[in-house]
Parts: sequence; structure tokens; C-alpha cells
Amino acid sequence: MRVAVRLLWLMAAALLLAACAGAALRGTGDLGLVIERASGHVTLVNTSSRSAYARIGGLGDLSHASVVYSRDARYAYVFGRDGGLSKIDLLEARLVKRVIQSGNAIGGSISQDGRIVVAQNYTPGGIKAFDAETLELLAEVPAEYAPGQFSKVVGLADVPGNKFAYALFDGGEIRVTDFSDPKRPTTQRYPAGRQPYDGLVTPDGRHYLAGLFGEDGVALLDLWQPEKGSRRILDKYGKGEEKLPVFKMPHLRGWSVAAGRAWLPAIGRNEVLVVDASTWKETARVAVKGQPVFVMASPDGRQVWVNFAFPDNGWVQVIDTLSGQVVQTLQPGKAVLHMEFTPRGEAVWISARDDNRVLIYDTRNYRELGSLPAEAPSGIFFTSRAARIGF
Amino acid sequence: MSNSGIAGRVVAALLLACAMPAAAEPAPARQKELIHMVRQDCGSCHGLTLQGGLGPALLPQTLADKPAEGLVATIVHGRPGTAMPPWHRFLAEEEAQWIVTRLMEGFPK
Ligand code: HEC
Repeated sequence: MRVAVRLLWLMAAALLLAACAGAALRGTGDLGLVIERASGHVTLVNTSSRSAYARIGGLGDLSHASVVYSRDARYAYVFGRDGGLSKIDLLEARLVKRVIQSGNAIGGSISQDGRIVVAQNYTPGGIKAFDAETLELLAEVPAEYAPGQFSKVVGLADVPGNKFAYALFDGGEIRVTDFSDPKRPTTQRYPAGRQPYDGLVTPDGRHYLAGLFGEDGVALLDLWQPEKGSRRILDKYGKGEEKLPVFKMPHLRGWSVAAGRAWLPAIGRNEVLVVDASTWKETARVAVKGQPVFVMASPDGRQVWVNFAFPDNGWVQVIDTLSGQVVQTLQPGKAVLHMEFTPRGEAVWISARDDNRVLIYDTRNYRELGSLPAEAPSGIFFTSRAARIGF
Repeated sequence: MSNSGIAGRVVAALLLACAMPAAAEPAPARQKELIHMVRQDCGSCHGLTLQGGLGPALLPQTLADKPAEGLVATIVHGRPGTAMPPWHRFLAEEEAQWIVTRLMEGFPK
């Protein structure tokens, strides 16, 4: 009897020790967060155990919120629609700091050296740089494109040399701002075309692409040879045909490049456009279910997963990049807003806003591996973004 | 004119009077759908709180001096040359009218 009691005590002590040790030491490589857009919360998740481990509130209007990670992959910077910039510690599962940096923001980015966080704003149109440690304002670059006229900023992406590339929706420009002297940024301007809606930098940091809404085409800038200026690719891809209405703007990021090609959403056409990433010539088009929103390659580039604008936002399609064919069509739930691959791509997490669920799919056999509850989930962001250029 | 004739006309007039706003008022279940649609799907451009994004703010103070018919037409037919798409496939004109009235007085949660 006494032996049994002592054994129980010993076991309890061992358990406690293990629990403490676990809390004290942990990596963040398999962590991430899910934006719950309607309620101003984020849910912190673990992609190994496929579970949620904490929930943090009070983050304001998170519609269209996006996230970047510190280079140690411990802190998440959440950019809210209402101009809020929140720094979250994934290990301690707490809000470290929050500032309201503008009236209306759309996202942000982090510098190559991890010291500067930059927010892109709609109103007042421009970008703002903050110290990544303290969130103190370092510099402000208004997106003035004509005297007294300020543009909404879209497509902000970090590029090598502590620079940031972005586009001006109203101004029709690409800009590259150099923050190597953080308090004295300098900016270069390049023509883009009518209404760039988003932009991306290729995973090697060399090319910046701005997708155009107001005309058929994509503006391309070679950041290794910026003196050559911007040029147009996929010019007039609509061939003058009438466009379908676009009920949600597509998104671009560096995940669009896979298998030596860029996979880009067409505007007003139910197609994914494929261009060779060395010649920048169109090589193919893939017909899909609706207006593509996210066209995302898996980390190995073998698959491209596509979701769609309203009213086709219940569908997800998978393109095999070798054959260029749609190989799978899924209906994960109502109002699919975002997808995120686990770091090496064995699974993809999908948010279904109107089902209040995040679904996890096996990318090999398309089987559902599990799901998590979340209130109107939108963006899903894993820490593997911390080490990628342009994320 | 007989009494019943007058009564009949009064009833008809009353019915008509109620029928007008009633026809413009979607059923409660549909109202819920429309509120969800405006907050979520219009919200992708105008913001969940309708304070603006790629599209302008849709708040009482920003819409105050704009003619309602023009706003209804914008919702139904879109604005060619801009990012505002036409919604007639998903909304009847009276429903767009109902949305504009709600927007101008402060949109329900
Ligand atoms: C894809 C983006 C997008 C979506 C989705 C969208 N809008 Fe718009 N909307 C715009 C833009 C951009 C404008 C401004 C057009 C212009 O420049 O004149 C606008 C203008 C408007 C206006 C006119 C505002 C004014 O001040 O004149 C109203 C009203 C409006 N939208 C209502 C709606 C409603 C209701 C919905 C949903 C049923 C909706 N919008 C969905 C982009 C969008």
C-alpha cells in the first residue's frame, strides 16, 4: 500500500517536471495562427498536433488582416484593417504590444534583417516603418503620386537590401523604398499600369510583379537591374473579350512560383495564367471553377491550390504542375477564404468562414485529416513564413 | 355610392398603403442573409465595419448627401471602369433599396 502511494507521488512529480520543462523550452517551427476576422481574435495553433493551444482577443477589426513573423519565428505582427499593429508572442501566448498606426491598413511586411516592420496603408495612403522590437515609428513614406493626391498602397513585399517593393492602386506605379538608413528612406518610382491590385516578389527576391485590375496584364520589375525599368507581361491576355465581374480581389504572393513557372489569377476570367519564370512568356492557361483569389503552390511546387471569389467560394481546386491539369475539386466548406501549407507541405489548412471551421487536408490523397473550430476564420499564417523572402 | 363600396375602397387604399413598404421589406430570414452578405462579401472591399478599403466607406456620414437612387443603381449595376461589380444576379432591386436605406441609417450588426 505505502509503496503504491509513494509510486503515485513519484509519478506526479515526474509529470510536473515534464510539464514545466515543456513550457520552458520549445521551438516555434510548427506553430502559427488563425485570424478570426469578425471578433478580433486570433487562435494560436500547432501544426504537429493539429490543434489550437491559445486564443487572444482585443485585436480590433481583423477583416483582411495579415501577419508576418519575426526572424526568430517567435513573434507574429498582425496588421488589422483598422490600422492596428499587434505584436504577439507565440511562446507565451500573449499580446506584447499594440499600436494604432493609421486609419485604414491592408497589410505589412518585415525587412531582410528583421529589424523593421512596414505597414501598407489605404488611408492615409502610404507606408510606415516601425522598429520591430518596440513598434516605435521610424519613418513614413506617403504615396503621393501627383501634388496633393495620395494612393492606396497594395502588394507590399520585402526585398533584399532592407528594401520594400509595393504598388499604388490609384497612382498606377511600382515603388521601391530603401530603408537601409531606417529614418531616412529613399524611394524609386516605376510605371505599372492601371490599378495594380496586389504584388509579389519571386522567392529569390529578384522580380517584383504587380497584377493589374484596370487593364489586362502584369507589370514586372527586375530588382537586380532596376535601371532597365518596369515592363509589361501577359499584355492583353483577355484578348478584348468582355470581363466577368470580380466579386473579390485576388491576392498575389511569392507562393505563385512553382516548377519554373508563375501561376497567376486572371482578372475577370475563370482562369489561372501560367508564365515561364525565366522568359516571362505565357506558356498555358488552366480553366478553373470561378474567379481565382489565392493561387498557391505547395512548398515543393508540385501542386497549386486555388480558391475562388464569391459566389464560387465553396470550391477549392488542385492543379498538378507537371501536367498543368486540374486533378482534384473539393468542397471543404462555406466561404473558403484562405489556405496555408504546413512547412513541408504534407498538409494544407483551409479556412471556411461561414462554417466557423478550419479544415486540414492531406495533400497526397486529399483526405480530411481533421478540423478545428474558429469564429469566422480568414487568414492562416504559419511560422515557416519567417524565413521566406516576400512573405 | 353604397356604404360597402366606400368601405371597400378604404380597405383597398389601406391595403395598398401597407403593401408598398411591405413589398420593399425583405422577409426576416432574407434580411439576415443580406446583412451577412453586406458585412462579409461587400466587406471584402468596403471593410467589415464598412469604414472603407479598396471601396469607399459606406457609413451614414459618408453617404448622407448622395441620392439613394444613385447608390441603389451602383449596387445593382456596378460602376464600369471601377472595381465595384454589379450585384443583380444576387439581389433584387428592392433588396438593394433596403440595403441603401439601412446603410444610410447605420448598418445593423
Ligand atoms: C471587389 C470590390 C467591391 C465589392 C466586393 C463591393 N464593392 Fe461597392 N464599391 C467598390 C468600389 C471600388 C467603389 C467605388 C467606385 C468608384 O470609384 O466610383 C464602390 C462603390 C460602392 C457604392 C457607392 C459609394 C459612394 O459613395 O458613391 C456603394 C453604395 C457600394 N459600393 C455598395 C456595395 C455593396 C452593397 C456591395 C455588396 C453587395 C459592394 N459594394 C461590394 C468596390 C466593391
